[in-house]
Amino acid sequence: MIRRLLAPAAAAELLIAALLGLAGLAGLGFVAVYAFAGGDTQLLGVALALALGLLGAALLIASRTVFKQRQAEEERPDFALPGDGTEATAEAATTTPADGVDDASVTLRAGVEGVTRRRLLGAAAGAAGAGVGAAALTPIASLGPRVGKLLGESPWHDGTALVEENGLPVRAEELEVGSFLTAFAEGADKRELAAAVIVVRVEESELELPSERRDWAPLGLLAFSKICTHAQCAVSLFRYPLFAERSPGPALVCPCHYSTFDVLKGGERVFGPAVRALPQLPLRIEAGRLIAAGELSGAVGASWGGVREES
Amino acid sequence: MIRRAVGALDQRTGGGSVLAKTLRYVFPDHWTFLFGEIALYSFLILVATGIYLTLFFEPSSTQVVYHGSYAPLQGQEMSKAYASAVELSFDVRAGLLIRQVHHWAALVFLAAIVVHLMRIFFTGAYRKPRDVNYYVGLTMLVLAVVEGYAGYSLLDDLLSGMGLAIGNAVALSIPFVGGQLGTLIWDGRFPGGEAFFSRLFIAHVLIFPVLIGSLMALHLTLIAIPKHTQFRGRGRSEANVVGTPLWPGYALRSLGLLFCVAAVLFALGGLVQINPIWQWGPYEPYLGTNGAQPDWYLGWLIGALRLMPHFDLVIGSYTVIPNPFWGGVLFPAVVFGFLYAWPAIERRRTGDRAQHNLLDRPRDNPRRTAIGAALFTWVATIFFAGAADRAFVQLGVPYEAQLWGYRAASILLPIAVYFLTRRICERLREGEGHPGRGSGARVLARNREGGFEQIGAGGPTGVTPADRGN
Repeated sequence: MIRRLLAPAAAAELLIAALLGLAGLAGLGFVAVYAFAGGDTQLLGVALALALGLLGAALLIASRTVFKQRQAEEERPDFALPGDGTEATAEAATTTPADGVDDASVTLRAGVEGVTRRRLLGAAAGAAGAGVGAAALTPIASLGPRVGKLLGESPWHDGTALVEENGLPVRAEELEVGSFLTAFAEGADKRELAAAVIVVRVEESELELPSERRDWAPLGLLAFSKICTHAQCAVSLFRYPLFAERSPGPALVCPCHYSTFDVLKGGERVFGPAVRALPQLPLRIEAGRLIAAGELSGAVGASWGGVREES
Repeated sequence: MIRRAVGALDQRTGGGSVLAKTLRYVFPDHWTFLFGEIALYSFLILVATGIYLTLFFEPSSTQVVYHGSYAPLQGQEMSKAYASAVELSFDVRAGLLIRQVHHWAALVFLAAIVVHLMRIFFTGAYRKPRDVNYYVGLTMLVLAVVEGYAGYSLLDDLLSGMGLAIGNAVALSIPFVGGQLGTLIWDGRFPGGEAFFSRLFIAHVLIFPVLIGSLMALHLTLIAIPKHTQFRGRGRSEANVVGTPLWPGYALRSLGLLFCVAAVLFALGGLVQINPIWQWGPYEPYLGTNGAQPDWYLGWLIGALRLMPHFDLVIGSYTVIPNPFWGGVLFPAVVFGFLYAWPAIERRRTGDRAQHNLLDRPRDNPRRTAIGAALFTWVATIFFAGAADRAFVQLGVPYEAQLWGYRAASILLPIAVYFLTRRICERLREGEGHPGRGSGARVLARNREGGFEQIGAGGPTGVTPADRGN
């Protein structure tokens, strides 16, 4: 039917466009298998082979039908020694750059002359490129696990005990007012970002915690995530006023960009580029041991596109 | 003998004429042309020392117990990466020398590229037909910064770990894709999965060096095709190149420079301690130290991260653009974006689309020079802001006051520098219009009566020494 209505070249163009379109679909098929069919090896291989094979077939058919195959002649470079009389001809054969440019554009135009439906072919080639390109980039997703809830994971729950680096329990009487230590969630990997907290002790009478956190700091003991909410360095400096009337109040400071968090107000940011407060861990004391009385008050570590901003 | 060998080669490859042409290639003489060569030779030293280091370094986060000869770390738990770097420094003969030379070479490599870029910018060498090569060079600079960061991050000491924490936060801060990107590259949440160190390693020793090396080959080819630029001077025109041919003059000189660069780097590596990782200790995410500073070429980014006011872009209760994005991504993107766009901006503004083989002196184009100086001042001010904590410790200037000072300076200084530079360039140019070359001198001629009289006014602009004084 088509053959009778259209010139042979036009029929070939339709075939090429169809092949290119199918190549694009096969490429998207690869992405679909990767994402939804559990990454089945055989299906992935078949989809990619189809996409590449169809693309190859389209190009081969195009080279035989739309773009004419012509024979041309090219001079061979002369390797003879200088001074044996062959140089002059070699000089004459070289063309100036401007001529070369013209030649190239003529060749290009001559090749495209046969294409009547450039737009159709262009769109088909675009579809094929997009599909195969998507397929080629998809395996990058295998590099790491999906974000999911990964960035929000934390080992702290109601009842998790605080232990020191050597695994011994943190006891309330270890800490004097104005001192601090680093503690970890019992049983957690110490390298896990949310595992480390910094425990400080201040005068209980000075606390200005929000009303819902009033019982989070028994005996003036407070615990905060040790990871800065700006760029996740360890908040390892504790500023405690030596002379309360003149010095700024007790605060935790990150040594990377000097974000400063007010200890008395529950980790609220007072200086530096951090925006979110340092997450606070509610504490209670059981038989002299420090125990988490709930989860951390916010997301640990740097902010990202999925983190909730709390006041 | 050499002639016979070249002849034999020529009859088989046709390379003889190419070789002869290469040997006759002319290099214009100017001291500012050496910065690019210094960068090239530092890269050669980086590759040579880097290959040696890979023979000993183990890019693994697997925890081991240290039993090397450095007593203070004896029995401490650390990653294989850090342990092998410490062993390389203490228990491999010449290991510390090669590691320190590698680090110094990286610092010199980046410095030479930056100075080279400034030479290219201020002399207008990036103009057509060399704009493409300018883009290649800028791309190499970007790659070199990432390559350097990957290099010192590999060692897994406390400083490099803090740098990676910030790098991960910057990756996470990219709108919409940041969370995914950060977990993809790090193979999970920071500090990353098992695969992270081998990825960082292969990026540092294969992917980035191959990219930089290929671009370098392209860079040199694109220099040779239109031939070198040159400053104006007697006998020099747009159509010719005047200078020293490669063989024998320039080649020997340049080889001499290669060995001098190598000598300086090995002297630094042998005599001046750099990055004593055994003092920092192994990294753990819950450890930090005050006074941490990155290598110099990242100083502008830590400055930007510190200067940026605390501001997140928040829509509803969700963070869309977290704070590290402004200083860690947007700032370098603006600086490099401007540098990439500059040749096109200048072409459009001046309407000058001609080919240029003769260089401008900075004063010849006051506006370009002023813009370049303002951009450099902006970046340099933010660079110095990164060292405000050191100024606080050493000089006692309050950190908060410094921060506000730098914020104001980063806006006001570039503007002031722009106008000042422009004025200086214009003054220099005015002075030159006069035959007395800027001295304000007048041309006198002897007349028939035996006296002297002045020819013309004080100069083309009529400037007299008295005018010049204010």
